[in-house]
Amino acid sequence: MDFLQILSLLDSTIRLAAPLILAALAGLFSERAGVVDIGLEGKMLAGAFAAAAAGAATGSAWIGLLAGITASLVLAAVHGFACISQKGNQVVSGVAINTIAAGLTAVLAQAWFELGGRTPSLDGASRFAAIDLPLAQTLSGIPLLGPVYAELVSGHNLLVYIAFLAVPLAAWIAYRTRFGLRLRAVGENPAAVDTAGISVPVLRYQAVAIAGVLCGIAGAYLSTAQGAGFQENMTAGKGYLALAALILGKWKPVPTLMACLLFAFADALQTRLQGVPLPGIGEVPVQVIEALPYILTVLLLAGFVGRAIPPKAAGLPYTKDR
Amino acid sequence: MSPQTGSGELPRWATIVALPLINVGIALLVSALVILSIGEDPLAALGIMVQGAFGSGLGIGYTLYYATSLIFTGLCVAVAFHAGLFNIGGEGQAYIGGLGVGIACLALGGWPWWLALPVTVLAGMAFGAAWALIPGYLQAYRGSHVVITTIMFNFIASALMVYLLVNVLINPGQMSPESREFDPSLFLPQMHEMLAVLGMEVDATPLNLSFLIALLACVLIWLYIWHTRAGFRLRTVGANEDAARYAGIDPRRTILIAMLLSGAMAGLLGLNEVQGVQHRLMLNFTAGLGFTGIAVALMGRAHPAGIVPAAILFGALYQGGAELAFEYQNISPELVVVIQGVVILFAGALEHMFKPALSRLFRPRRTIPAEA
Repeated sequence: MDFLQILSLLDSTIRLAAPLILAALAGLFSERAGVVDIGLEGKMLAGAFAAAAAGAATGSAWIGLLAGITASLVLAAVHGFACISQKGNQVVSGVAINTIAAGLTAVLAQAWFELGGRTPSLDGASRFAAIDLPLAQTLSGIPLLGPVYAELVSGHNLLVYIAFLAVPLAAWIAYRTRFGLRLRAVGENPAAVDTAGISVPVLRYQAVAIAGVLCGIAGAYLSTAQGAGFQENMTAGKGYLALAALILGKWKPVPTLMACLLFAFADALQTRLQGVPLPGIGEVPVQVIEALPYILTVLLLAGFVGRAIPPKAAGLPYTKDR
Repeated sequence: MSPQTGSGELPRWATIVALPLINVGIALLVSALVILSIGEDPLAALGIMVQGAFGSGLGIGYTLYYATSLIFTGLCVAVAFHAGLFNIGGEGQAYIGGLGVGIACLALGGWPWWLALPVTVLAGMAFGAAWALIPGYLQAYRGSHVVITTIMFNFIASALMVYLLVNVLINPGQMSPESREFDPSLFLPQMHEMLAVLGMEVDATPLNLSFLIALLACVLIWLYIWHTRAGFRLRTVGANEDAARYAGIDPRRTILIAMLLSGAMAGLLGLNEVQGVQHRLMLNFTAGLGFTGIAVALMGRAHPAGIVPAAILFGALYQGGAELAFEYQNISPELVVVIQGVVILFAGALEHMFKPALSRLFRPRRTIPAEA
């Protein structure tokens, strides 16, 4: 494998990591505030469909993005209502969100576009195009650093940059702001936050809403930036992988980013490994390679994380009068 | 996830009957809104669905055929519930369980079905349990969350089955990834054949002997969970792990057993789909029925007596939904998935939402709170 092949492998790693990062950060905010979020998958899917549908209808990727965020926020509100106001089971609520999103996007796609569960393909202004960073062409002549800058750093669409910028931003919010302190506190010891005179439900609703916005962007990325339109079940488990990345990253922004990059790398590798004989092993069946990210997740969850200790109050509804 | 029934103000029948009915009502209402937003008449659509599911012997047969699979996957979710586990892996466990049934059928050649049945039952249960073993072990002994690992195992099962059907089990000289057909002597008798022996004429449908096996499984699971020591241990761990440990129960062992039993229940789906109907191994014979098991278990309050009607209701939705998709080109069969999701939401996550209103209805009118 030569230098350019490695570069292109890393390049697709970055593209594939972007939605995982956004969804994992969504999970981070929600779970750090004590609300378990299995529904990342469903919110992404709803966001992907709404973005593609609005993009197809208006021809604007920006309106698509807004629609994606809105759809995801609606589901986040349902999740918040069930988990925070009604003190329901958070895992069950997440599964419900995923199921509703899977069904509703398929039904609406068929009803509105009659293309067998797809939206029309998007092009031009209805997609987020690649952005060439300044000087990418001029610097590409420099050995090593030039191609890295031109191929790897430059040439992605806006949402990729948003995803990668969201990580330091999330870390700053979580660890350097008053809001972040309260957010983390409400996931560890809501009673203490309540005693301090801060509303537990309000904080948790805010966290769930942030998760909704991030999942919406992740979904819009899938259908209007990476892909060119929506197709049924196009998230294909990315929400669950993001959740696994969050656990592997122990609910911390930078380790979570690393876990996302690892999964994305496994994913990027699989398209390149198909039909290629590996030294000593021979040709590995396509299906083994396809299952690689999932197997990797189980292995990592089983052995290498050590005990992943979730925020103490995650999954527990908070009851004031006890 | 609390499967227990009966709370303060509500009479028992209201919790068991009225609340689930409200949940179904809400789910149908939401679906009506979806149909309305598509620009079709919800009442007409409901009519087609009911007519399609229950309006003919054919419809009823199909409804019960779907219900058979849903009873198995519903029991799968319910058993795990009672141990405090949320097994989302029913789909994968059912898929691999079907593989077990299929391999047994391929291996047994020309055995008569009644002789092969114990083998295929055991094979389905063993394969399904094996697929739940690793998530169960990791949950019990390593603390890896069973929800995540079972989801991952669903994906891995799907990749594994594609590999096996494309490369190993494929019928030689054929393009589509499916095994050769089993020997006809192994086919489970179909309900219309069985009833014909008793002198009853009914329409030929996929409904087969596994429906009775599903009902038997309900009875056995009910006995196990509520009338054995092992079942008591299982429920104790589910109710309070610390208390269970204090009482001398090993929660880890119990969790492992619960997951194995849960996977075994899902594995039985293969009897209905593989040995009963398709008569060969093919891709995606589970068709989401494993996930629907979650809704069935939630609506049935994780009790076999609730799971059977809930499974029949969802079977009716599948059958009626197929009819509906056939009648209206722009309504896709995934409408059933929406209804399923809404049922999970209201019966599971929002299970307490209507309790206050309902208890107000049941409270004696004239009582005035003495101390307010």
